[in-house]
Amino acid sequence: MAYNAIDYYNIEELLSDEEKLIMYSVREFVENEVLPIIGEHYLKGTFPSELIPKMSGLGLLGITIPPEYGGAGASYTGYGLAMMELERGDSAIRSFASVQNSLVMYPIYTYGTEGQKNKWLPKLASGEAIGCFGLTEPDYGSNPSGMLTNAKKIDGGYLLNGAKMWITNGTIADIAVVWAKFDGVITGFLVEKGTKGFTAPEMKGKLSLRASVTSELIFQDCEIPEENLIDIKGLKGPLSCLTQARYGISWGAVGAAMAVYDSSVQYAKSRIQFNKPIASFQLIQEKLVWMLNEITKAQLVAYRLGRLKDEGKDRFQQTSLAKRNNVDIALTACRIAREIHGANGILYEYHIMRHAANLESVKTYEGTDDIHTLILGEDITGIPAFE
Amino acid sequence: MNILVCISRVPDTATRILVGPDGKTIDTQGIKYVISPYDEYGIEEGLRLKEKNGGTVTAVTVGSEGSTDILRTALAMCVDKAVLIKADTHKDSYFVAKNLAEYAKEINPDIIFMGRQSVDYDSLQMPSMVSEFLGIPSVSVVSKLTIADGKATAERDVEGGKEIVEASLPCIISCQKGLNEPRYPKLPDIMKAKSKPIETREAIQTDEKVTVLGMSIPLKQRAGRILGDGDGDIDELVRLLHEEAKII
Repeated sequence: MAYNAIDYYNIEELLSDEEKLIMYSVREFVENEVLPIIGEHYLKGTFPSELIPKMSGLGLLGITIPPEYGGAGASYTGYGLAMMELERGDSAIRSFASVQNSLVMYPIYTYGTEGQKNKWLPKLASGEAIGCFGLTEPDYGSNPSGMLTNAKKIDGGYLLNGAKMWITNGTIADIAVVWAKFDGVITGFLVEKGTKGFTAPEMKGKLSLRASVTSELIFQDCEIPEENLIDIKGLKGPLSCLTQARYGISWGAVGAAMAVYDSSVQYAKSRIQFNKPIASFQLIQEKLVWMLNEITKAQLVAYRLGRLKDEGKDRFQQTSLAKRNNVDIALTACRIAREIHGANGILYEYHIMRHAANLESVKTYEGTDDIHTLILGEDITGIPAFE
Repeated sequence: MNILVCISRVPDTATRILVGPDGKTIDTQGIKYVISPYDEYGIEEGLRLKEKNGGTVTAVTVGSEGSTDILRTALAMCVDKAVLIKADTHKDSYFVAKNLAEYAKEINPDIIFMGRQSVDYDSLQMPSMVSEFLGIPSVSVVSKLTIADGKATAERDVEGGKEIVEASLPCIISCQKGLNEPRYPKLPDIMKAKSKPIETREAIQTDEKVTVLGMSIPLKQRAGRILGDGDGDIDELVRLLHEEAKII
């Protein structure tokens, strides 16, 4: 059965022609290029690198970056719609795009020198270069300001020491945006693949995001040339990048939820028990209604946040609410979908368990659900609970 | 090469179609429109031909003001020019063909592509009518095409096999599935298409040759029944044919 992308409140009518086209185009791409191969990659625990040239060809790397740097120059809402469609395929594919777009191209575009922009943005847009973002450390996740990775000034540059963990795309990256303390202040550095003292071993044993490359980044007396310093000081640098990525996640999670909802509706209508489709039972209908209800709200939150971003009026706390809510309902939708599908729900061909397992990571990466709760708690009360 | 692609705006093939209150048109409420899938093969073939030989690809449609959306899609796929011949209400095939032919006369294309049929009204008349108006050859249901030395060599699907035909240019190629794999519009091209102009012109009016009297949704077929191969099943089959189907 063809995918029916649920849009109960006709949000599509609110989109520009370009945004609609982006959504349809990425939807078809996912249907034809991602869904047929993703299950096998997930089982094998491999990243589908064959998709990189296809994604760059479609313009999915550098979606909001202006055309003069090789980007598409689309709106944030357009970017969000693309993330929604990609995550309907798999969170790993969306994560790959999120990192390249929001965590690598965004800081280079926003804080980089003209030289850095010209050197990296066109290559990152064409997929010739892959990027990663190193903030989290083995002992510093929710509390990045405690990071141990540090930089010292040397002749002509900086000496970087430390280790990062849980870094998406790390092993396959040509360029790493790395955050380290320099004179006690968090500072960004561009670390190029092949730099002496820099290694990026892949982390194994994940039962979630299995089609994504997750790595450690290790810096041992790694010499960074002067021109690779990123001109932003303090935690606001990396946090501004995370706000971009979290925004994309809030749309992405909706895509995963829409996928399992559609599968659930189709399954419930065709699965016969007690001589009738299980869709005719009240308990199943209630489950479908819960999903429809929450997906519709999540779509509206994502859409409105997109428009606020397009107008430059968004606050990062609003992104926290969207990420927190949308990932949470997507994960619950997966669990409900699993129940509706019965035993079939655990088979990889139904995609449900893959989405569920992926979303377990999405719930705690890019700010855990709990940290977003505390960000919102502080916004309401003015009292930070984590200090 | 000067390449013309005629495209049609149709309801998305996944849409559930309902008849409108007048009983003669479809209910357009909430319908998502797309380029008729067979026309997409025409756009793709036109673009490939241009990429190989140079030239321009023009997409033209006859339709309402709202049809600019499919022209935008065609521009996002990288056609050079988009033209809307404006007709306010649905017209018969003769009207559409006449307008397409008049436009073709004006721009004098080397080759014209169109889908083998539009998947809404399925009248299957357009390629033949336009070729008749223009007095040029038309090759229908083409699944492979080669252009060389001013000639088109086309492979077409015929019952149970293939037929290979040759036609002089200019000619009309009606496109069949398999001709190519249409490209997805790329995000940068989608954004560029936004600022490309769409030429709008008024349609030439013609007398209505075919009038729609009514439309109806086909009645739901009853589900078939499968019986076993026991003696009792044969008795049951005879009983059903006699009592329910009443044909023996």
